[in-house]
Amino acid sequence: MNAPIILDRRRVLAGGGALIISFSLTSAFAQQQDAPAAPAPSPPGSLKTSPYLDAWIRIDTDGGITVFTGKAELGQGFRTAFQQIAAEELDVAFGALKVVTADTKVTANEGYTSGSNSMKDSGTAIQIAAAQARELLVAEAAKRLDLPVENLRTADGAVIAPDGKRLSYGELVAGDMLHVQAQPKSKLKNPATYKVIGQSVPRVDIPAKVTGGAAYVQDMRLPGMVHARVVRPPSYGAQLIECETSAVEKLPGVVKIVRDGNFLAVVAEKEFQSIKAMNALAAATKWKETASLPKQDDLLAVLTSLPSQNTTIFERGNASATGQKTIEATYTRPYQAHGSIGPSCAVAQFVDGAMTVWTHTQGVYPDRQGIAEMLRMPPASVRLIHVEGSGCYGHNGADDAAADAALIARALPGRPVRVQWMREQEHAWEPYGPAMVTKLKASLDGNGKIADWNFEVFSNTHSMRPGGAGSMLAAQHMAQPFALPAPRPLPLPEGGGDRNAIPFYNFPNAHVVHHFIPAMPLRISAMRALGAYHNVFSIESFMDELAALAGADPVEFRLKHLDDSRGRDVIEKAAQSFGWKAGQTSPQNRGFGFAFARYKNLAAYCAIASEVEVNRETGRPRLIRAVAAVDSGQVVNPDGLINQIEGAIVQSMSWTLYESVSFDDTRITSIDWQTYPILRFDAVPESVEVHIINRPGQPFLGSGETGQGPAAASIANAIANATGRRLRNLPLTRKRIKEAIDA
Amino acid sequence: MTRSARIIAGIVAVVLVAAVAAAFAIVWRPAFATIDPPAPQTFDAALVKKGRDLAAIGNCNDCHTVRGAKNFAGGLPVPTPFGTIFSSNITPDAETGIGRWSEAAFQRAMRSGVNREGQHLYPTFPYDHFTNVSDEDDRALYAFLMTRQPVRAPARENQLSFPFNQRFAIAGWKLLFLRHDTYQPDPRQSAEWNRGAYLVEGLAHCGACHTPRNALGAERNSAQFAGGDVDNWHAYALNDQSHSPVPWTADALFAYLREGFHPDHGTARGPMAEVVSNLSSVPSSDVRAIAVYMAGVSGTPAADRKGQDEMALAQGKTAARDNAAGASIYAAACASCHENGRPLPYGGINLGRSTAISSPDPRNLANIVLSGVRAVEGERSPIMPGFAASMNDEQATALLNYLRARFSNQPAWTGVDKTVQDARRTQTVFLQTSPGPRNAPADPMQRDKP
Amino acid sequence: MMTLKVNGREHQVNAEADTPLLYVLREDIKLNAAKFGCGLGQCGACTVIVDGKAVLSCVTPMVLLEGKQVTTLEGLGTIAEPAPIQRAFMEEQAAQCGYCIAGMMMRAQALLQRNSKPTDEQIRAELEPHLCRCGTHMRILRAVHRAARLMDTADASSPASRSAR
Repeated sequence: MNAPIILDRRRVLAGGGALIISFSLTSAFAQQQDAPAAPAPSPPGSLKTSPYLDAWIRIDTDGGITVFTGKAELGQGFRTAFQQIAAEELDVAFGALKVVTADTKVTANEGYTSGSNSMKDSGTAIQIAAAQARELLVAEAAKRLDLPVENLRTADGAVIAPDGKRLSYGELVAGDMLHVQAQPKSKLKNPATYKVIGQSVPRVDIPAKVTGGAAYVQDMRLPGMVHARVVRPPSYGAQLIECETSAVEKLPGVVKIVRDGNFLAVVAEKEFQSIKAMNALAAATKWKETASLPKQDDLLAVLTSLPSQNTTIFERGNASATGQKTIEATYTRPYQAHGSIGPSCAVAQFVDGAMTVWTHTQGVYPDRQGIAEMLRMPPASVRLIHVEGSGCYGHNGADDAAADAALIARALPGRPVRVQWMREQEHAWEPYGPAMVTKLKASLDGNGKIADWNFEVFSNTHSMRPGGAGSMLAAQHMAQPFALPAPRPLPLPEGGGDRNAIPFYNFPNAHVVHHFIPAMPLRISAMRALGAYHNVFSIESFMDELAALAGADPVEFRLKHLDDSRGRDVIEKAAQSFGWKAGQTSPQNRGFGFAFARYKNLAAYCAIASEVEVNRETGRPRLIRAVAAVDSGQVVNPDGLINQIEGAIVQSMSWTLYESVSFDDTRITSIDWQTYPILRFDAVPESVEVHIINRPGQPFLGSGETGQGPAAASIANAIANATGRRLRNLPLTRKRIKEAIDA
Repeated sequence: MTRSARIIAGIVAVVLVAAVAAAFAIVWRPAFATIDPPAPQTFDAALVKKGRDLAAIGNCNDCHTVRGAKNFAGGLPVPTPFGTIFSSNITPDAETGIGRWSEAAFQRAMRSGVNREGQHLYPTFPYDHFTNVSDEDDRALYAFLMTRQPVRAPARENQLSFPFNQRFAIAGWKLLFLRHDTYQPDPRQSAEWNRGAYLVEGLAHCGACHTPRNALGAERNSAQFAGGDVDNWHAYALNDQSHSPVPWTADALFAYLREGFHPDHGTARGPMAEVVSNLSSVPSSDVRAIAVYMAGVSGTPAADRKGQDEMALAQGKTAARDNAAGASIYAAACASCHENGRPLPYGGINLGRSTAISSPDPRNLANIVLSGVRAVEGERSPIMPGFAASMNDEQATALLNYLRARFSNQPAWTGVDKTVQDARRTQTVFLQTSPGPRNAPADPMQRDKP
Repeated sequence: MMTLKVNGREHQVNAEADTPLLYVLREDIKLNAAKFGCGLGQCGACTVIVDGKAVLSCVTPMVLLEGKQVTTLEGLGTIAEPAPIQRAFMEEQAAQCGYCIAGMMMRAQALLQRNSKPTDEQIRAELEPHLCRCGTHMRILRAVHRAARLMDTADASSPASRSAR
């Protein structure tokens, strides 16, 4: 899954004592003499693959502190959160450090920033590295002062003796002091004494974003930079059969036309020139289209009839529990788009055999591997540096834009090449969140408890990320193309299409089957929450259907089946904060809905209660208010967490009520905001409340994707409550609601 | 007094008394007794459904709902030459709506424009058309309205000056202009045509917008469908005076009314947007009937009206030479969408086919250019940016004049600068108060280059 | 060559009449705030203020800008001296990825310049042309309300308004 780990050492010297940055080594790949002989028990998080402390923390002799993370800031606030964690454990002021993010030359290989794993993987590594770095500094001070370690304390970037003597970190740092592997035990700070962790420290990136500072890869301007636009094919697999370039070459500002098989791009000095040239070039092309897309309205039949690899992923039996009343239901989800507000962009420069790409990819190392393979260059000659783009919500066009830029840059050695995708290109060519089908069947026993539970999910893989060059459009379209890698399911416990397919509730009998579908009629890959969005939507909708069958209150019904105490806590918190009462009646035309999930059954917990109004005449659904409770373990930045959950609810509302990719028999037809409408301000709720249950000292639990599934189900349940009609096919559009009401 | 003087005085007195009695008879209408609001369950479901479709054809929700407020609760300001009239609350609310109206009272309102209390209703409520609605259909409409959600919303005061604020004056208007049973079925025509005629002349009240009115605000029967005004938009002529560059056929009309757009004519926006939004939900046979009837109204197109868009392209050079400012604004701000070949409804219409440009009235074009076309919530629909903020009056005027010269073979408009100023002012109100289309053009199979 | 007045300064730019303002701002004048989101007038990320009114700069060609004043987010304030709208967005932490925010702020600024006490309805209606994919809408609304209050306080304490009383 990860790219091969590469050893590279850079010594940054300022006097003799600056620390070294180094890359991760596992003992298997170790090329250093001073690798420890006996492997210690595996340290947590990304320390597993990058155990050396100085892969994470660098302290200069002038006291400057840099924190390194292989993860990328996507707008979730990680840069700030990691800075908080390091500042806390190192005992320095928040403003005394800076964070450097994903860069193949400089930071550890942490794979992709995905799966809500950043806090768990990178946050934990930084926390431990910082804590252990502090211990080493204190030990060094103890040696120099000839005092026991216990008598020393740290504050504001210095070690302080009882008599008040201070030795700053800059003075203490020496040689390769931090070039040691992390120890299995760390002296982490007591959460009760936290000064920075747990505070809503304002995000460090927002000031620039609200004052026009350079903040995104789209803002990069390098000397001599040229602007490129790709002319993409009209559909999957189209062949470029005619391309009349002579007139386009003469257009003002055009520098070069790059063609490699079906890959076609034009480069110009100025941006608008490149756009006009792109349009002219597109008009001068003829393509042979071969794509044959399925029927958009028939995805249920399509997905359940494609060949699949079927795996029972969960089985539990208890013969003494028998069901008396059985119901079943099928839920569907269409293809949905990431729909990043800023279409993908990358800048690449090829100088003296070395390629540098500035990109908003979620995985600089895997993408580097793919680009190196595509260009037939040694990976060591390719450097990818993460620069923020707009929110990606998974695998969008970023990696492809990076490949485009690299391919074009190679044709213009020396000049930085900026590739900006057009809106239509992002909509048509990004890999979508896969369409999914779930079939559920369950029975209630004589006491109104679920006796048996059957769940089947039909889905493609949820990741076609690079890795191999064949994952990227430029490489697929070249004259000597790279083949698409064979799709594989993401392994449990995280899963892909089966993410959150295994119920978190306790059912005496349960049977869960994953029908993994290799064939991908539309281009798909990872989209925020992966299969969890639809699986949680299905499970939580069905729980309400079962609760109705049992004549039970939806919240009580869930508690009846849930043992996990933290899960119970978020459910109770959300219900109580909402004012949920068993036997409540909703105001006319309104409904109340509830849902709960623990993301991946191992990350953050989230419960959401919502109130929805449905206009009887038009079917228009409107989320009036949502109240959420979230448990993400030790909270680093409460406001950041609230921001993520608010965002998850509003984003999921848009997916759930409006969104589906549209296509005809050959082409994608939802190619802009006219044809792929998303939420606008006229439908924004009146209020969204988020309540955090903080668990001091508990491991960080990923929270970036925990809200989407429960939000969808909560809204669906509220609509059912308001109208008396159960809708099971996403999106729950006005038209579908109206038809259900009128039926 | 002399004998002749007494006789004359007597005759005058009799005439006066008769006149007053006649006036009284003309003006006075009895009140219907109030009833207890009928329970919704007492209405037959099939009748209610029929009423729903009829209400959609009648476009009732469009006038009787204000943006952001409850359905059918009234309060929409309707500008007329005589002042502003606010639509009434037709929900079955007992105090502020029609909850206490009997079916007979409702029928009288539809037939003769009189409310339950006996007051005359302003003909802004087009009972001069609704008088043609059959009793059966009135019954269905009553069933539909009485099963809507009651909303407490007191009527807003109309803003009319004297003497228009005197309701008895309406009686005189009715005497002159209200004709009952203006629609009669024509046995020479098909059943479909007759159905269309019944709907158009009655519930659909197309003439209420598309027929010009006289000084007293009544439709001019001699100029039926020759074009009218609504909400500061021009409702195009639908008869043989149509200025549509491509002549309308029954098929084109059907597609336009049903789907909300047609490649040869454009997308229904402005006040027409709500009409097609409603028509997309009624039985398609009724929409086809309307289309068939209206196709008959527009008649066979003159031969020279075909192929106008080719002419338009040829006119480009001349138009540009005479109006360089307009030409460069068009090339810079409009051509990228309107000449990219993307099919309707998501691509800009080929302007050579735009009725807005060929129409004698520049208002619609000004409205569209300034306000654009807004997104419909959560549904695939065309979006056009408005240029009110980026163009000043001079620039918008130059552009409109250029479009006229380039994309039509009609004489130049006059007073475009005033039209632009007025459009700025009135469209803000329109966009704020009109309830807006509830759904978008139906989802067509359409292709484009990504 | 065309003259363009941006944030109070005149710039000579080498741009064709049909070049959308967005590209001139970003490329010729090297301003970052106005963003490319769609180029079609559908998302609002490119919004700037021209002669006091919010416009979509991606569909505003240079030919329309003769003699007009353009204001971008950079022209309102800096990190050291933020304008009320900028302070409000920072205080509310009204951003996730932040890409849509500059456009939102310019639209809000134009609104507050003509209506200093907008209702929630009015703000929502004003922001209708703008898309936010991260779901930051609630914070954006709070930030605009906050900005209105900040502007109100600022006016109340400014010398000009004191002398007007």
